[in-house]
Order: sequence, then C-alpha cells, then structure tokens
Amino acid sequence: MMRIAEALAAFKPHRGDAIVVPGRGGKFWVELTGNEKLDVPLGDPAMGGHAGFALGLALAQPKRRVVLFDSEGDILMSLGMLTTIAEQAPANFYHFLLDNEVYATTGGQPVPNAKNVKYDRLALAAGYPRAQAFEKLDDFDRALPEIFARPGPVFVALKVYPEIENAPIGSRVRWNKRTRTRVVADLQQELGIDR
Amino acid sequence: MAEASTTALSPETVLAEMKKNGVSHIVWLPDSETNWLYLLMQAELSLTLVGVSREGHACSIASGLAAGGAKPMILIQNTGLQESGDSLRGWLLSMNVGCVMMVGYRGWTRHGVTTDTAATYTEPFINAYGLNYYLVENDADAPRISVAFEEAAKTKRPVVVLVGDEYHGFNR
Repeated sequence: MMRIAEALAAFKPHRGDAIVVPGRGGKFWVELTGNEKLDVPLGDPAMGGHAGFALGLALAQPKRRVVLFDSEGDILMSLGMLTTIAEQAPANFYHFLLDNEVYATTGGQPVPNAKNVKYDRLALAAGYPRAQAFEKLDDFDRALPEIFARPGPVFVALKVYPEIENAPIGSRVRWNKRTRTRVVADLQQELGIDR
Repeated sequence: MAEASTTALSPETVLAEMKKNGVSHIVWLPDSETNWLYLLMQAELSLTLVGVSREGHACSIASGLAAGGAKPMILIQNTGLQESGDSLRGWLLSMNVGCVMMVGYRGWTRHGVTTDTAATYTEPFINAYGLNYYLVENDADAPRISVAFEEAAKTKRPVVVLVGDEYHGFNR
C-alpha cells in the first residue's frame, strides 16, 4: 500500500498542464500542487459523481488532459459510469482510483467486499481499453511515464492506506480555501472560457 | 408557414429548440418513447450524445461539461429525476449549473385522473428542490423551452421542462 500524498507526489512531475480533479485526495493535493488554477478540488458535492464530473470536463476540453483521483466508495456507487466513460472514450481522460477499502470520511467502515474487488478488471470489463493496478509506490512510480505516454482513457487502481477521519464533520479542519464557485471560476479563467 | 401543432410535440420541434439554444451535449437516459428523438439527435452533427445508465450520473456529467465551457442539456424521465436527488443537489445546485433538464412526465394526463405515482410525485419533488419548471405538451408550447434556457442561464440553476406528451410526441 501507499499513502495518498505519496501517490499524488509521484504523479506531480507528470502533470504538465493537465486539469486535476483530486477527488478525495483533495486535501493532500492542495498542499502539493504547483498550478492551483487548473485544479478542481470540490470536496464532496455528492458521492459517486467525481468520475462523471471529470468525464464532462474531458469532453468539454478535448485538447486538455484531465486527471481524476477517484475513490472506490465513489466508483462503487456509480459503477455504470465506467460504461459511459468507456463508450465516450475520451483520449484525454486519465482515471486514477484511490482504493483504501473503507469509507474513510465516516470513520473507516469497510466498503462492500473491500478486499476482493478488482477495480482494474471492472474497468476493463466495462470497456476501458487499458487498466492497471498497483499496490507498491515504487511500481506505480516506474509505470507513470508509460501511463501518460499513451492516450486515454486509462484506469489505474492504487491501493492506499486508509486515512480515517472520525471527527464530526462540522469540527473538521477546512482544507479547501476556495469555494466550489471560486474553483470553477478560476478554472474557466485559466482556460479562457467566457461565462 | 405551417401552424404549430396544438395536439402533439414533435421531435423536430424539440431538436430545433436544442439547436436554437446552442446545446452542445445531450446527457440522457432514454425511455421507450424517445426513440424517434434519439434518431434525430444522433443525426445532428452539432450534438454529442452522452448516454448514462442511471439518471444521477447525468447531473455530474452535465456539471463537468458546464465547468469546461460546454452547454449540456439533460434528457431523462421523471422516474429518473426522482432517483437523481442527491446528484441534483450536489452537482447542479451547489455548483450553480444553469442547465435545462427535459423530463418525460410519465403517467401524467390532462384528462381524467393521474394515478401513476411516477407522475404524482414529480411536481412535489421538483418543488422540494426549489426548481422552476415549464410544462410542454405540444408544438405551440415550444417557446417555453427557450424560456427555460434563458432562465437557466440567468439564474445559474437547473430549470425543468416537463414533457407532458410522452406517448404521442416522440413515438412514431
């Protein structure tokens, strides 16, 4: 297993000018990023939707890479989304999964069949042209150049340590300094989108 | 010039409204009555169809499309709208996405008593989320679709168009 921050740090040199949707890795990514205006840290607007949101971005911005750090709890809630992504097959879409096997934000209860689900195989079965899975950070780090050397969509499942939050939501430290509205406005300004 | 039909909503009329309002993507989950509209949309080069397998997915996809500068429209049935509650809240309302949701009003009838619960819960559901909506039953109502687009853009909120002619307008 690897820590989420380690996985994101390994990815960072490969980011280029990609739009990054950090999903539940947001609180770690905001400390690492070097290009905040191309980041879309949204927290959790509604569980299960990060993949759909990132797909929409990828379809709207086909010349720009979109990198998503999804979670297994989110993707289990929206498995059918994998078929939509595979059908649309955006070549600019890089779909990473942070699989900690638990619902970390609610105290660490296991997701269904946590230790036995092969998410990379689910993605392949849904029609993704390629998918990989990594448990060790070194292996992931070595594979990153090849992952980004080829077009998407690609699905990359990463086993990460659960970093559990067990405090009432209202008392948790707010890691995102920008509102969702600000995040989207900054992104659109950076992309030259006139709204 | 042909008069607008007051007896049916034609798929050509709906498509014309989509084009007139600059829709780029249709995010949709069809029901058995939208097949003819599907064929028209598929043939329309200015539209990209994004099929989903659960209606809530349409909200997050539309949200991403809008953030990326596209102009999505959601096309689903009222049953699916009701399934989409949390996604509607989180991915459209909390993200200030001004998009039109065209919703098949399954089970609704102007004539007699509406008994299908898919229909009877539809307007209370829409009202619970504080959404505005317009009922469209025939071609003469089509300008309401443009009104919905204008309102969505102005308010940055989803606006619903209820299609009350499900069983005749799209099905040929």
